[in-house]
Amino acid sequence: MSVLTDRNVLVLLAAIPLLIAAGPIMPDWVRFFLQVSLASGLAVLGVVVQMRAGLVSFGQGLYYCLGAYAAGMTGHFVGVTDVFALLGLGIVVAAGVAVVLGFLMSRYREIFFAMLSLALSMILYGLLVKAEVLGSTDGFNLPKATFLGLAPTEQALRFAVYALTCAVTLLAAIFLYRYLKSPMGRIGEAIAQNEIRVEYLGSSARTVVHITYVLAAALSGAGGALAALANGHVDPEMANWTTSGQFVFVALLSGTGNVAAPLIGNFLLEMIRVYAVAWSPYTWQLILGATMLLVILFLPGGLWSLVERRKAGG
Amino acid sequence: MRYAYTKRTGLGAAAAALLALAAPAMAQQPAGTVKVGIVTFLSGGAAGPFGVPARNAAELVIEAINAGKLPAPYSDKGFGGATVAPVIIDEASKNVVADYRTLVEKEKVDLVIGYISSGSCKAVAPVVEEIKRLTVFFDCGTPQIFEEVVTKPAYLFRTGAHATMDSVAAARYLLERKKDLKSYAGINQNYAWGQDSWNDFDAAMKALKPGVATKTSQMPKIFAGQYGTEISALLADQPDAVHSSFWGGDMEAFVLQAQGRGLFGKMQVVLTTGETAMHRLGAQMPNGTIIGGRGTHGNFAPKSELNDWFRKAYYDRFATWPTYPSYKMALALLGVKAAYDKAAKAAGGKLPTQEQVAAALKGLEFDSPSGKVRMALSGGHQAIQDTAYAEHTFDKATNQAVLANVKVYKAECVNPPEGIKSADWIKSGFKGAKCD
Repeated sequence: MSVLTDRNVLVLLAAIPLLIAAGPIMPDWVRFFLQVSLASGLAVLGVVVQMRAGLVSFGQGLYYCLGAYAAGMTGHFVGVTDVFALLGLGIVVAAGVAVVLGFLMSRYREIFFAMLSLALSMILYGLLVKAEVLGSTDGFNLPKATFLGLAPTEQALRFAVYALTCAVTLLAAIFLYRYLKSPMGRIGEAIAQNEIRVEYLGSSARTVVHITYVLAAALSGAGGALAALANGHVDPEMANWTTSGQFVFVALLSGTGNVAAPLIGNFLLEMIRVYAVAWSPYTWQLILGATMLLVILFLPGGLWSLVERRKAGG
Repeated sequence: MRYAYTKRTGLGAAAAALLALAAPAMAQQPAGTVKVGIVTFLSGGAAGPFGVPARNAAELVIEAINAGKLPAPYSDKGFGGATVAPVIIDEASKNVVADYRTLVEKEKVDLVIGYISSGSCKAVAPVVEEIKRLTVFFDCGTPQIFEEVVTKPAYLFRTGAHATMDSVAAARYLLERKKDLKSYAGINQNYAWGQDSWNDFDAAMKALKPGVATKTSQMPKIFAGQYGTEISALLADQPDAVHSSFWGGDMEAFVLQAQGRGLFGKMQVVLTTGETAMHRLGAQMPNGTIIGGRGTHGNFAPKSELNDWFRKAYYDRFATWPTYPSYKMALALLGVKAAYDKAAKAAGGKLPTQEQVAAALKGLEFDSPSGKVRMALSGGHQAIQDTAYAEHTFDKATNQAVLANVKVYKAECVNPPEGIKSADWIKSGFKGAKCD
């Protein structure tokens, strides 16, 4: 099947202009939440691609935060404000660090991989908290962004960054979808099932895990840079284990069967949080927890299993 | 069959719950009301010592404002006659920027009063000016807000004095009480507040008494709870005094553990936020410990009808004395009320626009339970206020913690003058400070 006749690819491609066109119609706050959840959705996609290879990363915040800080520090200290430069830098720094750390990480599986990834992200968290020039736990602000040398007005700029976030996230999802269907992606799934067989068939499990790890880091780095551009502020909380844990949670609740699932799930959970915070300021965490329990109890395959079940039934 | 049945009802229940969540958002706002977003910690480590006392004060003062029960000069009902309708949300909500936008654009509040964490304030400040909604920071301390983040504020105000004041006054008081002081050390939490507090205190000590020696600076993790090693390091270094900006449970744990090790007998301890725990710890805090309350709040507040009312009403309702977060929230609400009342009068009794309120609040001088507040810095957007330090004393006769040797520092003495950054001001040897 060629790329352009694949239904999933077409749906994701069509979603880009649709989301951008819907931007001006949506209330500002909904659009902002959509933008932020698409950005952090990229980090969830990073978790998902590793899960498909049987690896659970409890430290994806490391790359989310690296991407954000790379973009933030370049903006704040060097004065580069171009969104494309900042985004590219976020990706390059995250992927670069992952290439190096990948030599270590690709030797571990299961709980050891999870714990080591967690430890690495907490090292970054600890370093950032101690770094007074970076504002410690308060973090720092990014200067106003520019677009290829243009400095649009406030309203236009916000819309432009939103449109960029939609395009980057969905194109990344399409790329990931194709990757998971490629031989390399298939080997990833095979590793999750039986690593020894993969080795006997002549593939190097370590190389594939390494590549998957770097790919996940690049996705998360892009997500972090886009989140930093959206919020205009970065702080070490992005590398804290609670952030990483949330990515894993969202991945499990959304379902890992389809690349669109984590993006949709992330937005839905975020909206539930918004209403929970407003409706019940004292017990909003309880509402979120109850929702998660309900999903786990009744939809063990994640929210996406609703879509799959409908397909199977009809 | 049964399985499918439960599954369906479960989903139904979830859907119903979602609908219920959506319903209150559709409620309409009646005319003649001012909708105020209140953002404070309702969960997490800062909720107990700061967030909840601030929320309590907000509820108490807003009810009194609406009922017209406040003493003069605030005896008129409402904000410029309009009923105040609060919308309280949790600051510990994972994404302060998005939640601020939601408050303004979805809840359509007329103004926002909030934010305890300096991190929240730094993130929200640029959004305030972008979204153009009147916003008053009531507590967060970092001087960076108007010095770096938003240098030309139009809609953003801060009614709480910034944190430089706490450290400068602490250094002044310590040196006045201990004239022969030769060295000092610090124990502060390793995050922005602890680092900034220590840096300011250290710089202020060096500027006030050149030649005084800086000993160890201990920086344990926030919420560590166990300070055995740090206390050992302090005891081994034998400084004459130790500075700490610990707050909440960390401060109480440190006081109890340090007392067990005999630290208080060997060196003078300065707790910049000690006032919040003076009643909770009572006799457990050694007499003579230097404590501050980040302004003339709580027991430091000057006597006035307004303060008497506030203390009594607060105690009657919550069975505990109000501490500085409560005072700072009351202060912010009264500042906004003063501005609304002034703007409403100027507009001929009509409900003023937020621009009119902002113009009225700019440079305003108003009364609060913690005394006079002046919006004097950053073009009239940043408040200054007197502050005070004292020695904690537990009065056995009345079974109450009281303050001894209270020294009030005038606002101009411990705050930088207009147009100079706090850090530069300390380094310059407090140029322009008026201390008599």
